[in-house]
Amino acid sequence: MSLLEFFKTKKKSSASTAKERLQIIVAHERSQRDQPDYLPALQRDLVAVISKYVPINDDMVSVSLDQNEDCAVLELNITLPEAEIAS
Amino acid sequence: MAEIIVVTSGKGGVGKTTTSAAIGTGLALKGHKTVIIDFDVGLRNLDLIMGCERRVVYDFVNVINGEANLNQALIKDKRVDKLNILPASQTRDKDALTLEGVQKVLDELKKTHDFIVCDSPAGIEKGAHMAMYFADRALVVTNPEVSSVRDSDRILGILQSKTLRAEKGEEPVTEHLLLTRYSPDRVERGEMLGVKDVEEILSIPLLGVIPESKAVLSASNQGQPVILDTETDAGQAYDDAVRRLLGEDVEHRFLNSAKKGLFSRMFGGR
Repeated sequence: MSLLEFFKTKKKSSASTAKERLQIIVAHERSQRDQPDYLPALQRDLVAVISKYVPINDDMVSVSLDQNEDCAVLELNITLPEAEIAS
Repeated sequence: MAEIIVVTSGKGGVGKTTTSAAIGTGLALKGHKTVIIDFDVGLRNLDLIMGCERRVVYDFVNVINGEANLNQALIKDKRVDKLNILPASQTRDKDALTLEGVQKVLDELKKTHDFIVCDSPAGIEKGAHMAMYFADRALVVTNPEVSSVRDSDRILGILQSKTLRAEKGEEPVTEHLLLTRYSPDRVERGEMLGVKDVEEILSIPLLGVIPESKAVLSASNQGQPVILDTETDAGQAYDDAVRRLLGEDVEHRFLNSAKKGLFSRMFGGR
């Protein structure tokens, strides 16, 4: 490191920002890589149906499919807003 | 038995054709009978990079359609013995390439060549699919830049599922990372992703790093694969990559910026 750089206020380099952003998006895309194409549509429909009864939005529902040797497990995770559980 | 190598990337403009030309030429220079095939139907460019654009008579699609035989379409390189080029067609017909047609041509080329280098078009459409489908190895050309790295990861996913090897449950396609347009100075200043960063994100073995170099444009201006410019950094880096591809253990070069003097080191001059 040069003397000048030593005294400059250290701010995060753009390369490390790039790396962090890439790690997140790549991990996300890999997790969806092997899923069938209908899952996003299924998730949209589920949100639409549930929204008729409980106010929820897209990120409160997660759908994933796990393929085992002889069976597939469709996992559905719905987070309900706190107020709704109380009532 | 001939080996099929696809040069791919997802993103355009990262150096696939430059790499195909350099690696193909390098393999031929080392004594292996090599053919480089341009899969970019409609946007043919390998011929220009190889400097044989005025010698194209028949092309890949002509051979598939039986309008010409392979010997009529193959262009023999004038500089390097044992090197052939099979140009892409300029047709706008998207369905010009078929898996059956491509397979037939590859099978015939396999009989007379040691290496078949497939220069993939950008994107993940049909041409890119055809280029990678029969591959034994893949050179994933990546720039140290976010969109290129992301697209490379996407291509790796496709290589692992949409190739003949994947579909038949054979040994998967061997993947190699080739990092191009690398600027060690900018990496040191924290302005560019480093080799280690890209390796960590993509987690595939590194074949080589090609430094950002004036030699690449100069070579393409002249229609000469950059590996023939043996005095240049890019030419030498490609030669190293070819040797590693052939199994040699070659130390990586051009990863650090040129040594600076005491003055510039103290005051951060560049």
